[in-house]
Amino acid sequence: MTDTHRRWEGIPAKVPGASIDDLLAQPYAIFTELTDDQLEALAQRAVALTRQRFGSVIRLFVPLYLSNYCYNHCTYCGFSYHRDINRYTLTDADVSENVAILQQKGFQHVLLLTGESSKDVEMTYFTRILPLVRPYMAQVGMEVQPLDGADYKALIDLGLDAVTVYQETYHKDRYLMYHLSGKKRRFDYRLNTPDRAAQAGIIRVTIGALLGLSDWQFEAVALVDHLRYLYKRYWQTQWGVSFPRITTLFDGGASLQRVTDRQLVQLVCGFRCLFPDLGITLSTRESVALRDGLIGLGITDMSAESITSPGGYSGVVADEQFETSDHRSLADIRAMLGARGLDAVVKDWDRHFLMRG
Amino acid sequence: MTTLDFKIAGYTIRSRLLMGTGKFSSHSVMADAIVAGGSHIVTAALRRVDLQQPKDAFLDAIAVNDTILLTNTSGARTAAEAIRLARLGGSKSPWVKLEVTPEPNHLLPDTIETVAAAAVLVKEGFIVLPYIHADPVACKRLEDVGCPAVMPLGAPIGTNRGLATRDQLRIIVDQSSVPVIVDAGLGAPSHASEAMEMGADAVLVNTAIATARDPVAMARAFKWAVDAGRLAYVSGVAGERLMAAASSPLTGFLR
Repeated sequence: MTDTHRRWEGIPAKVPGASIDDLLAQPYAIFTELTDDQLEALAQRAVALTRQRFGSVIRLFVPLYLSNYCYNHCTYCGFSYHRDINRYTLTDADVSENVAILQQKGFQHVLLLTGESSKDVEMTYFTRILPLVRPYMAQVGMEVQPLDGADYKALIDLGLDAVTVYQETYHKDRYLMYHLSGKKRRFDYRLNTPDRAAQAGIIRVTIGALLGLSDWQFEAVALVDHLRYLYKRYWQTQWGVSFPRITTLFDGGASLQRVTDRQLVQLVCGFRCLFPDLGITLSTRESVALRDGLIGLGITDMSAESITSPGGYSGVVADEQFETSDHRSLADIRAMLGARGLDAVVKDWDRHFLMRG
Repeated sequence: MTTLDFKIAGYTIRSRLLMGTGKFSSHSVMADAIVAGGSHIVTAALRRVDLQQPKDAFLDAIAVNDTILLTNTSGARTAAEAIRLARLGGSKSPWVKLEVTPEPNHLLPDTIETVAAAAVLVKEGFIVLPYIHADPVACKRLEDVGCPAVMPLGAPIGTNRGLATRDQLRIIVDQSSVPVIVDAGLGAPSHASEAMEMGADAVLVNTAIATARDPVAMARAFKWAVDAGRLAYVSGVAGERLMAAASSPLTGFLR
């Protein structure tokens, strides 16, 4: 039995009489089953803290999928190797065209995503693509396969600011049930990716668990421990977290452990109170209603106009990773935030932080 | 009549309340708060500004009341990064608030890198206002390299804790031959008054105004508090005493 299992089992089932302060004073008790009153008090605390630490602003970014080729067999992913889908990797011209479109729309923070295809979409490709994006964006992040430290260093030299890497699930046995073949089966290599990225000097690293693959309280305990470790060790890195949630599996024997809206709210608010300065990115996967509800409660970053197929903005025909349900434009999101007293910030970084000379 | 203005690097500054521009819910609320607070110097993070565009909506919103734009290097982790950003901001303003904060959560300044960057930027002609710990020696070192004011912190940024560093601030105010601007951590107008009563030349406030329920009214409250604190200081604040003082001197027989 791992330490995480022991701590997870130590979470009390319910503590109806406890105040939020009582619960936060214990390491993981904030993830107990809360009463309505406790959840409301937690949300109030989270709102106040978010406002104090981040202000009345939400940072906006846009994802750009570069490729949907993938050599992993993952039972929940639209890009999974064995799936018969329309695959494509953006050419240099495609990348430039899509970046120009996104810039025209008003985006300045971009997240570049791929499947995990270490044959074609690897360092040679990344080092060619980054210079096509960098001059036009204030912040460039990547969510691609886990890389070695030396590769992260090389990409920083080309202007990479941020890395996103989700562990998917911290439950190793279950991890192996969902990741059936491919390099992604290397649980520990993936787990150590935030270390390698931070050691290399990546400014902003976002981690997370794909909710639904394992028990949500188990993932919460593991994520808290992971963040506490990372904060102590890499004190110069901006840490972020996201709670993407899946609702469907394509195949495989393992079943989902669905996470409810209420539990998702508890996670966002709980992490805000445990880590006041943590960036919390709201997943593109969620519905308009839930996204709007969560925005005030601890979220610092969200995407807009997301298309999860490669080059979708310029009309490239290829299949998407998952279906998004929030199709609002940047202007619509901006208006919605404004109506709620929040400023939509599209630029909160500058490419010159990393430029040499 | 007591005047409330003061000088930095030879420039007369009309208001002793400097304002930050982060965390506001909209550009218009920010602009109204700047007007209500009467600030003459307003700081803006270069990372929020689109330096490639000749016109920037964020900067336009700040440009009210003939404000002096104090660019800041927020986000810089090293002297080199701060210098690079400050130079880019040089096209917008010669005034720069130097922030070197390698730790992104509490945003505490790196004294060593800050002094190094200040020396370079002063030589290049920038008016460098450094954000620094309430460290009297560091403040003297920054003065030595040519900073025309120092900006020691009252408490960690955004914490609203007030003058957590008050003992060191008193020493800095005593020792400094350049204006002392207490920056960061001031959560309530009374905190600003306390800094001013202590003899600080000015304060910089952002979070407490930007995240108030009514930022415009809060800016006005800070303005009054700053002015009141300054007037109290120049009028001679009666110090606290632990014991009653005898009204007739006990050692009069010696004279």
